[in-house]
Amino acid sequence: MANLVRQLGQRSLNFVREAGGMIIFLLEGLGLALVPPFRPRRLLQEIYQIGVKSTLIVMLTGAFTGMVMALQGFYTLKQYGSEGALGSAVALSLIREMGPVLTGIMVSARAGSAVTAEIGIMRITEQLDAMDTMAVNPIQYVVMPKLLAGVIAVPFLTAIFDVVGILGGYLVGVILLGVSSGSYFSSMVRSVVPLDVYGGIVKSLVFGLTIILVACYKGYYTQHGAEGVSKATNQTVVLSAVLILAWDYVLTSFFM
Amino acid sequence: MIKIVNLTKSFAGHKVLDGINLEMPTGQITVVIGKSGVGKSVLLKHIIGLLKPDSGQIFVDGQDMSLLKGRQLRQFKRRFGVLFQGGALFDSLNVFENIAFPLREKTRLTEAEIAKRVRERLVQMSLTSEVETKFPDELSGGMKKRVALARAMIQEPEIMFYDEPVTGLDPPMTNTVFHLITKTHQESGYTALMVSHDLPEVFSVAHQVAMLHKGRIIAAGTSEEIQNHPDPMVQSFIRGEVDFLEG
Ligand SMILES: Nc1ncnc2c1ncn2[C@@H]1O[C@H](COP(=O)(O)OP(=O)(O)OP(=O)(O)O)[C@@H](O)[C@H]1O
Ligand SMILES: [Mg+2]
Repeated sequence: MANLVRQLGQRSLNFVREAGGMIIFLLEGLGLALVPPFRPRRLLQEIYQIGVKSTLIVMLTGAFTGMVMALQGFYTLKQYGSEGALGSAVALSLIREMGPVLTGIMVSARAGSAVTAEIGIMRITEQLDAMDTMAVNPIQYVVMPKLLAGVIAVPFLTAIFDVVGILGGYLVGVILLGVSSGSYFSSMVRSVVPLDVYGGIVKSLVFGLTIILVACYKGYYTQHGAEGVSKATNQTVVLSAVLILAWDYVLTSFFM
Repeated sequence: MIKIVNLTKSFAGHKVLDGINLEMPTGQITVVIGKSGVGKSVLLKHIIGLLKPDSGQIFVDGQDMSLLKGRQLRQFKRRFGVLFQGGALFDSLNVFENIAFPLREKTRLTEAEIAKRVRERLVQMSLTSEVETKFPDELSGGMKKRVALARAMIQEPEIMFYDEPVTGLDPPMTNTVFHLITKTHQESGYTALMVSHDLPEVFSVAHQVAMLHKGRIIAAGTSEEIQNHPDPMVQSFIRGEVDFLEG
């Protein structure tokens, strides 16, 4: 029993220490965005790596998510004779919840894990140390552009997810199941209010930052060789998925 | 001159350095020898500022390193060149970009001037111009070492640090790398600290040798002095005896 309590205590201490470490890491990274040298090319490279390269997988997940939501929504709404509201149902759940959350999880699986592996390898092969001895700050050169790229790219990817999802819903709802095209879009326009869109944007910004922060932090503090890198990569994917869902709850309750 | 005074460092209760005292004279090559895992890399990382000592001081030309911060520290680091144990070439950059990296980041030289200097270094390291566009994972171990050496020296450092410059290389490549170190040292007269367990080859490049054992420097002197040192620990290490004296 005492052992269990001790273990719990140890775990919570570790958790607090790690959370604190990440916040300091984040502040340092963002602070370094404000001081020269500025490297716009590095930012573009990372937007390409993290954002552009995730576009296809985000479109694919977006399309299927919209399609399945139209299918589910159609049969539920039909029971009440209100299939006309299908567009509104699909758009609201995409914009408020599914878009930001699923985009976040896809980006973390595709780009987050790659970021951890890349930085982790730089750590264990002393590339970060080498940079430091050349008087180039590795957090400023390697980490900061990735953080900014996450904040910039994930909202765009989320918007793409939403749009493709709405079109996927259109394909199933209107073309396959026969909801009228006019009501699909007009119900959407009537029910989606600016707050929904703001909420979605805020979520995607927070998720983007969280995913890349976790990925960079885990990579930067990798230890114990190649095995350490694979462990860190694993932790990145699990931790960012958990954090995305936890944040989602917090932010949703804030916007409701 | 680099002077280390009473340097100690522990990791999680395990004492790696236990009161190191060592002087490295200006313009000379000092080699620290010792078994794998005694803390040679840890010692080197303290001098280049990657690790902070638990206690003790490091003076470079009379300047206490621990007092340097921010801009001053960055200025100071520009006088150093470091060859890391695995080369530490940047995976995402090709050979040319790796060697040019310090110049592009830290100087205002034109691209033409940078290209000229990079090519001079490649020639100096007996590398052909075809390697310029190769990435580190496409290079052999010996090529990696030479590219890393070119990058470490591109800013003409006053002090060079070598962490196991020849470990894992075949005998001809070992000779080549040692030859390059001797040659560049003759040309520019930098101060050097090398850590290595590659005996007896290091005796030919060293002006001064120090042996690290159990957290302390147990012997220091010229190559001959160390080779004829009375301490049985030193002798058995030089002769490559297995598990000498309880390890
Ligand atoms: N950052 C660190 N954290 C914890 N322990 C460390 C760290 N760096 C080194 N050590 C430990 O310090 C000891 C000395 O390591 P070091 O790398 O200096 O050995 P070395 O003499 O360079 O060996 P080799 O010849 O194999 O390179 C080892 O036991 C190592 O596990
Ligand atoms: Mg070592």
